[in-house]
This record gives sequence, C-alpha cells and structure tokens, in this order.
Amino acid sequence: MYTYNEFDEAFVRSRVAQFRGQVEKRLDGSLTEDEFRPLRLMNGLYLQLHAYMLRVAIPYGTLDSRKMRQLAHIAETWDRGYGHFTTRQNIQYNWPKLKDVPDMLDALADVGMHAIQTSGNCIRNVTSDHFAAAAADEIEDPRPTAELMRQWSTDHPEFQFLPRKFKIAITGAPNDRAVVKSHDIGIRMVRGDNGEVGYEISVGGGLGRSPFVGKVIREFLPKADLLPYLESIMQVYNLSGRRDNKYKARIKILVHETGLDEIRAEVEELFPQIREEFTHPSDELLAAIEPHFAPPAFVEKPLGDYEAALAADPLLRSFVETNVVAHKHPSYAIVTISLKPVGGTPGDATAEQMRVMADIAERYSHDELRISHEQNVILPHVAKADLPAVHAALRDAGLGTANVGLISDIIACPGMDYCALATARSIPIAQEISTRFNELKLEHEIGQMKIKISGCINACGHHHVGHIGILGLDRAGVENYQITLGGDGAETMTLGERAGPGFSAEELVPALERLIDAYLKVRRDRQESFLEAYRRLGVAPFKAALYPDQAKDAA
Amino acid sequence: MSAGTDLGIVVRDGRFAPAADEAFVAIESAEEAAGIGNRAIEVANAIAAEALGPHLASIPAIAIRFPAFNDGRGFSLARQLRRLGYKGTLRARGHVLADQYPMALRCGFDEVEITEAQAARQPENQWVDAYQRIRHNYQDRLKYGAA
Ligand code: SF4
Repeated sequence: MYTYNEFDEAFVRSRVAQFRGQVEKRLDGSLTEDEFRPLRLMNGLYLQLHAYMLRVAIPYGTLDSRKMRQLAHIAETWDRGYGHFTTRQNIQYNWPKLKDVPDMLDALADVGMHAIQTSGNCIRNVTSDHFAAAAADEIEDPRPTAELMRQWSTDHPEFQFLPRKFKIAITGAPNDRAVVKSHDIGIRMVRGDNGEVGYEISVGGGLGRSPFVGKVIREFLPKADLLPYLESIMQVYNLSGRRDNKYKARIKILVHETGLDEIRAEVEELFPQIREEFTHPSDELLAAIEPHFAPPAFVEKPLGDYEAALAADPLLRSFVETNVVAHKHPSYAIVTISLKPVGGTPGDATAEQMRVMADIAERYSHDELRISHEQNVILPHVAKADLPAVHAALRDAGLGTANVGLISDIIACPGMDYCALATARSIPIAQEISTRFNELKLEHEIGQMKIKISGCINACGHHHVGHIGILGLDRAGVENYQITLGGDGAETMTLGERAGPGFSAEELVPALERLIDAYLKVRRDRQESFLEAYRRLGVAPFKAALYPDQAKDAA
Repeated sequence: MSAGTDLGIVVRDGRFAPAADEAFVAIESAEEAAGIGNRAIEVANAIAAEALGPHLASIPAIAIRFPAFNDGRGFSLARQLRRLGYKGTLRARGHVLADQYPMALRCGFDEVEITEAQAARQPENQWVDAYQRIRHNYQDRLKYGAA
C-alpha cells in the first residue's frame, strides 16, 4: 500500500488549508457561488439536487483498514452514517454541510486520502483492476504505475483546464476487469518481444452520449517512456480538443473527427521533445514506488477444516461459488463482498458495515481492501482456510449476499434520487429488479449476468457495456427506459445495441422477465451465458420476447 | 496596448503594477509574425507555436490571450514556446484567476495581465498567497527530481 511521504502529506495539507480559506470566503459572502464553483470542484465538492456532495478518491481502488475506518468515521460524524461507492472507485458522501467539508478533508488527509481532482475538467482519479496483485492471470501489478500517474496528474499546471474531464484506467492482466477501453486513455500492461513488460496505450474510449471503444495508439510503450508519452497525448488534446460544445469536447470526439493516424502522428512528433524535459525516465520513478506494493507474506494454512465446512454448509458453498475466485497463490482466494443486497441501494455501505469490512480485512486479508467499479468491496488476499470465518462475519453484518456476477449484482448510477442531471430514477429500478428475481428464485439458474442502469444519457451506470443495459430517459415528463442488449465491458469490449422502443417504469420489470425467460429457453445449456447466447443467436429471439405484440403483427 | 481592451493590471512576482504603455501588436497568423521584427506581439491561444518558431529570437515579449479562465490552451502554448527555445517575456493576458497564477508560472509564463475589474475582486493579497504555492508540486519532482 502506498503511504504518503512528507511531500505528499504537506501537499495535501496545504490544499486543505487553501480550501478552508475559500470556504470561509464563500460563507462570509466575499466569494459568489459562481466564483466559488471552480474552486470547490477542484476539491471534489458538487452541488447536487438536495445538498452538497463530496466525492473522495480511492486511488486505484486500494484501501487498508485504517482508511476504511476513517471513511466510516467521516460518514458518521459529518454525513448520515453511510457512504456510496461509485463506478469510478470513489466514495461519495451525499449530505455534507459546506462548513464541515474542510474538516472532512483534514480527516481524509490524516489517513493519506483526498478529494482532489475528483471533478472538473482535469485528469480524474486513475482507476485499475480491483483484483490487482491477487489475480492469477496478471502480468504485473498495475498499481505502481497508477500511483505514478496519480502523482504526475495531481495539480499538473498544464492540464487543469482541459476541454473536458479526462479519465485514465490501467490493467495489468489480459482479462480486463477495469474496462480500460471505455476510458479517455486505457492502458494494458503487455509483454514486448523480449518478454519485457510495457504498455499498450488506447485513446478515445468513452461511454456517455456518444460511446466509443478506445483505439490503440501505441502497441508497445516501454515503461521508461510512460509520463512523456502521456503528456504528449494530453498536450495534443488540450490544444486541439473541441471547446465549442461540451458534448463534443471529450478526446473520443477529437480522435473520431481527426482520425487516429493523424492524432498518433501529432503525439509521436511531440513525444521526443517532451521526453527531453524529463531528467528521470519513468521506470526509475516506478522503481521508487514499487516497494510500497510489495506482496504480503502469504502463509500456508491446512485446508481440512475448510473442506469440511464447505461440505456441511450450503450457504457457504453458494457464497464461495459466486463471490470467491482463484488467487495467484493456490491456498488463497479473492473474496468479493457484495454491496447489492436484495432491494438495497447498489454501492451503499453504512459506517458500521465499513468497520466490519475493515476488521475482517485486518484480520483475514493482510489488511487490504479494494473497491471495484462494479460497486463492490474486495478482500484480495484471504487464506482459503479462513473463508468460513470470513463468511460468517460478513453474514452477521448483512454483507453475506451471494450474488456477485448474477442478475442482482447491478450497477446503478445515483439517478433521480441524488443527481441534478438525471432524467429518470435508477436506484429504485435496480431495487425492483433484484427484488423480483429474488422472488422468482431464478438467480442462480440464470447465471452470469451484468445489468447496468444509467439515469440519463451521461451513462455513469455504464449501461452501454451491460449485458442488459438500461437507460432512463424523460419522455414528455414520464420516465422511459431504453434497453440495450449484448454490451460487454471486458477485454472483448462491445457496445450494446438498442433493442427497440423504451418501456415505462411499470412495464420494465415484466419486459425483463420475458427477456430472461426467452434466454432460459434458447440457451444451449446452463454453461451458455446470456451474453454468449446473444452472440450466437443475434437480437431476434430477445427482441421477440421484449415486444411480443410486434412479433404477432409480423406473423 | 492593442485597441479595445480594458486590461491594465500586470501581476509580477505576486505584486500588482499598472500595465505600462506597452505596445503589443496583435498577430492573427504566422504570416503576420514574419514581418513583425523587434516588437512585442499578442496572439490568440489557438495559434500554432511552430509557426512563430523562426521569429522567436527577435520578439521581446509575447502575450497569449486567455478568453476565459476555463480555456487552458494558453498553458500548453506557453510550454511549447519555451520548448522551442523562446527566451523573451511571456504574459498571460485576460481572464486568469489568482488560483491559476502558480499554474501559469509553472508553464513558463513570467507575468499575468488582468482587468482592473478583476483586480478589484481578486486583490493583490490573493496573488501574493498564490505566488507562495508555486514551488511545492509533484511535476518538478517527477521531471527534475527536485525535492
Ligand atoms: S448517468 Fe446521469 S443521472 Fe446517472 S449519475 Fe450520471 S449524470 Fe447523474
């Protein structure tokens, strides 16, 4: 885990002090809301529908128990006792009072955290694989690179006023769990011709109102060249990205309108010049960070009791089946804690639950936790022998839901319940879906299924890459939900296709039931997931299920 | 000063000074720069740095316009001009906030010119404060290994 050095500490403290001054000026009226706005946004403070919202960065999704306990403390002291984990590995507090925010930021700084650059047209919190350093398929831990990028992008003087916000994600594994190609810059660690590790760099991915899969701009970038290369991309974007229309200002539009080859030529021309400015190659900088991410000291524990417990306890078995995956160390496992209880708000955790997760992580997961973009919490390093104890502790805290990767493990943006931009509700829709399919007791039968819900066209709920995507719109004052099918956020990233006309809130869940029913009928066998069946059969059988009247008309 | 502007306060080393009657000639294209000779110029933030390249040695000062504080192109343009070897004075001219002052300096600007109206809203002490914040930054550490 990266721990702040004196420099980081002093930097963050000075930012808090600066913001404290700005809040005082706002409260005594010497700053207008207009003037205060860009300043608060630099510190992650939004004005939402009902209140301010503070978005706190969890860099590359990694936490320890101390940090998690502090998040709980903040939720209890200055908010309503809970926090909301987002699809960008952030936590949001939905009810802070302006006067308290500097104290919240100081409390974050106490544990080496901050809210810097979680909003505004700058480089946002760098996200990464939530299974980093634990996954069996990994080439290398991506987090040292992510930390280097955090440092480089923080308060970068040139890139605080970009045409639009800018998101970077990195994965160190061939199985992409960080949806890197939906980011402005997506980075995959790859091996070069001689086995050395470097980066494949993509640009111009994004969801939102015009979704694009990122395009590879450099197939292999040596580690030494990382920062100068990124800086070259950023400079091209800052100078050439559109500023006339905020809906066309992301780099994906620049790449789309200018053409990848042209952008690549511009970047490659700048790159050697910018590289000259760096006296230290990036691999040297990385070498200084890497020791912070040294793997924990894994211990062998006998598995006999674990196997007996597994045989005896069906709940444990079900939990292990859905929420536990293989670890690179054979006697360890990766546990996903679902923040999607049936009928609950996806991604919400109470202060009490945060403390329980912190305690379990400290005792059983080498003091590490991760936040996933799927709004769950990960215990990355759990000895298999400890799984029964971990499961029992989670269950006692209401955190034992065994649904990871299943139909009720829904991503939903805040939508109309909180977000000022929303055109429809998304959280209540997620709650209805999970409640209904839980009643039907079909969840395990259906198997792997990713439903993702956005409350407006901005697509914070990633609906474009949901196996089933749901987009809430406003049609003449009435909520209308559009369904997209066949989206995929993994390394085979695909954008879902719109199935047809939208549904009212009341029609939506029955329509989904018909859709799922059709899948269960047409699939080859239990092994064939919804996405696989969709790829094999195309949209027709699913469309017919969604729109039975049309099917009749056509017949 | 070019016609039609109401600027007038220059910030140097954190301190306010009235803009002297400096003659910045507004240049809209590279061709115009060719004939400029030994005079200070003012450019839009959309001009290509390389276009000015051949003439940089003779131009004593360049003012880059900031049409709005959230248009950050001027920061990149300043860095490009410095990278091309420009040694003269670089001025950020227009809507630049006090909180952006350290960024401007770190991108290679020497000074900022704002309107009297903005100077009234963001008085000198805010710029003095901002000036103190120039040193403690990540990029110098990563680029030059500075402490
Ligand atoms: S998708 Fe729309 S409604 Fe949902 S959080 Fe984003 S902006 Fe708000």
